[in-house]
Amino acid sequence: MLKQFINLEWKAFTRSASFKVNLALKILMLFGAFIMILYMLMLGAGAYYIIEEYLDKDPLVVINKIMIFYIFGDLAMRYFLQKMPIVNIKPFLYLPLKKDKVVGFGINKTIISFFNVIHAFFFIPFSVVLMLNGHDFLPVLGWHFAIFALIYSNNFINIFVNNKDVVFYGIVAIVVVSAGLTYYNIFDVTTFTAPIFEAFYNMPYLAIIPLILMVVLYKMAFSYFRKNFYLDAGLAKKVEIGETDNMAYLDRFGSVSTFLKNDIKLIKRNKRSRTTVIVSFLFIFYGLLFFTGAIPAYDGPFWRVFAGIFVSGGFLFSFGQFVPSWDSAYYPLMMSQNIRYKEYLESKWYLMVIATIVTTVLASFYLYLGWQAYAAVVVGAIYNIGVNSHIVLWGGAYIKTPIDLSTNKKAFGDKKAFNVKTLLLTLPKLVLPVAIYAIGHFAHGEALGFILVAIAGLIGLLFKNKVFAIVEKIYKAEKYKTLAAYKQKN
Amino acid sequence: MITTNKLSKTYNETTVLSIDALEIPKGQSFGLVGNNGAGKTTYFSLLLDLIQPTTGAIKSNGIQVNESEDWKPFTSAFIDETFLIGYLTAEEYFYFIGELRGQNKSDVDALLAQFTDFFHGEILNQKKYLRDLSKGNQKKAGIVAALIGHPEVIILDEPFANLDPTTQIRLKEIIKDLAQKKGVTVLVSSHDLLHVTDVCERIVVLEKGTVVKDLETNPATLRELEAHFSGESVVLQEEEE
Repeated sequence: MLKQFINLEWKAFTRSASFKVNLALKILMLFGAFIMILYMLMLGAGAYYIIEEYLDKDPLVVINKIMIFYIFGDLAMRYFLQKMPIVNIKPFLYLPLKKDKVVGFGINKTIISFFNVIHAFFFIPFSVVLMLNGHDFLPVLGWHFAIFALIYSNNFINIFVNNKDVVFYGIVAIVVVSAGLTYYNIFDVTTFTAPIFEAFYNMPYLAIIPLILMVVLYKMAFSYFRKNFYLDAGLAKKVEIGETDNMAYLDRFGSVSTFLKNDIKLIKRNKRSRTTVIVSFLFIFYGLLFFTGAIPAYDGPFWRVFAGIFVSGGFLFSFGQFVPSWDSAYYPLMMSQNIRYKEYLESKWYLMVIATIVTTVLASFYLYLGWQAYAAVVVGAIYNIGVNSHIVLWGGAYIKTPIDLSTNKKAFGDKKAFNVKTLLLTLPKLVLPVAIYAIGHFAHGEALGFILVAIAGLIGLLFKNKVFAIVEKIYKAEKYKTLAAYKQKN
Repeated sequence: MITTNKLSKTYNETTVLSIDALEIPKGQSFGLVGNNGAGKTTYFSLLLDLIQPTTGAIKSNGIQVNESEDWKPFTSAFIDETFLIGYLTAEEYFYFIGELRGQNKSDVDALLAQFTDFFHGEILNQKKYLRDLSKGNQKKAGIVAALIGHPEVIILDEPFANLDPTTQIRLKEIIKDLAQKKGVTVLVSSHDLLHVTDVCERIVVLEKGTVVKDLETNPATLRELEAHFSGESVVLQEEEE
């Protein structure tokens, strides 16, 4: 029986739509995975020496200190990305199989999930290095087992907190607040948690506690699903309460409002698009890496503009690159209705402009890091609105990846989004403003650099209608291909 | 109203549709029947310019559908769930379609009022998004949306499938009414011979992409169709879903 299950899994994997790419891409994907594993290995092996060298502290102490954030960060990541093991189980419900077996397989399957295995690439080399540097075998072993038990506990916790947004956002809030308090030395949560992890090292037999916790959580996950193994319980789709909202206040936008209303509902009511908004919110903080000098490589003046573009353009990039794929689920409707492309595009454009302005206002805390930092954000926003919004829509017209609005699958990058055309379009998006800034910077000074980028953005606005006409043409020319591509569900 | 001329559609050397000539006059209720894979949905998709013909063309009201988009204002359709916007409530969806077809909220409300009976209290004010409605209720919403904005051509693919008996009967009345009283050209496909013969003035049988029968509906049509489909010992399948 197990053989059958594994066979089915293998087929599901090899026949999934995302795997049906050409050989070159497959190799590239494998290579990417390989690099990532290599990084983790190197980090695991090197962490000890890096910490010793730069922080001049006992590496194990440092790791134990941040471990609490690592564990909770892992839980948050899983919530976002790890898929439920139970989703594909429906067809087995009525087959002559013991329910325990099916549920057991579903849960056991998660044990070898990427989200668990990846940690091994860090912790195993790290533990080996610990021992090479004079730590004893037993304490390290105890510590190692304890950490892995906690990581697997996360795995099982994720199984039954899945789809409980309250729990998730609660955890994220606690982690962010306590990390913030720790960072500013107001309240150091790690003084309480670090000893726990140290205890696993000092008293290796204590590792039995997380191991028991892990087993208990496994049993809980198991019985949770066993109990809810019914179509109207655990396997039921979560139904949101629908509210009819006519958004009359948007009518002032005139004819564009028809689509604008729809787009706002699209973002509000679908998991995938909500994630995009959260991700683009995180982009606001990306600039901190540049402006605080946290990473020496980013210290040059040109990086400011680069950062400014990203800080204000998070939503623009993450949402805009998938226009019109957001509407892929009902594209045949759009294509057989009397759609005015210009209004359709304009609504997406307005959305990006509004988001960019809101982001720029939110990012005003960069003023704290000097006027140059915020000037870069504002100038970046102007360039984003004037130039990048058009380029993003243009590039999106070539991307024919259907988007499943109901899941977060592939929310973080999709290989089809990287084709040569979109790659070429990143040049004017990122390189050009940096180059323009450089010209001004060298000719006169940073002020002129900023002014030139802003002017480039304003000039870009003049081309709006021209670009819309081009995009419209692409939409029409690629209509049948796009329809066919959107038909292929994953 | 709709003229089909030397139309064919070929995928990798397999011809899935080949219609030499087919003329559907204005105000006709036209039924398309055939087994799975006969080409019914392909024909409708060509008619809506969702796929490209390999040869030939369809003209709707004198407009060649794959060259001009001017057929869109007077044509509406419900083919499958890709014509629904899942994250909208039924009301929002109707108003959206209404706005695209130049109808304001009160126009749409007035139209919807006529279908209270058809909706059977399961579509409006449900606090549910379309994606969470049952298949049958989704279909009801889609069909009614296709009636918004006084279209002259309405295309419904398998409208009777998934509907409960009461709704099927009501839908038949609606379609008859559209064709006979309002002069709307209604194109319907179905696997259910009884329903099509009830509703359609004319029935065309497709088989492997070609027209094998073109009948004016009369009391003997149903028998004839049944004989046709059973005579070839083809097991009539339920639904395409």
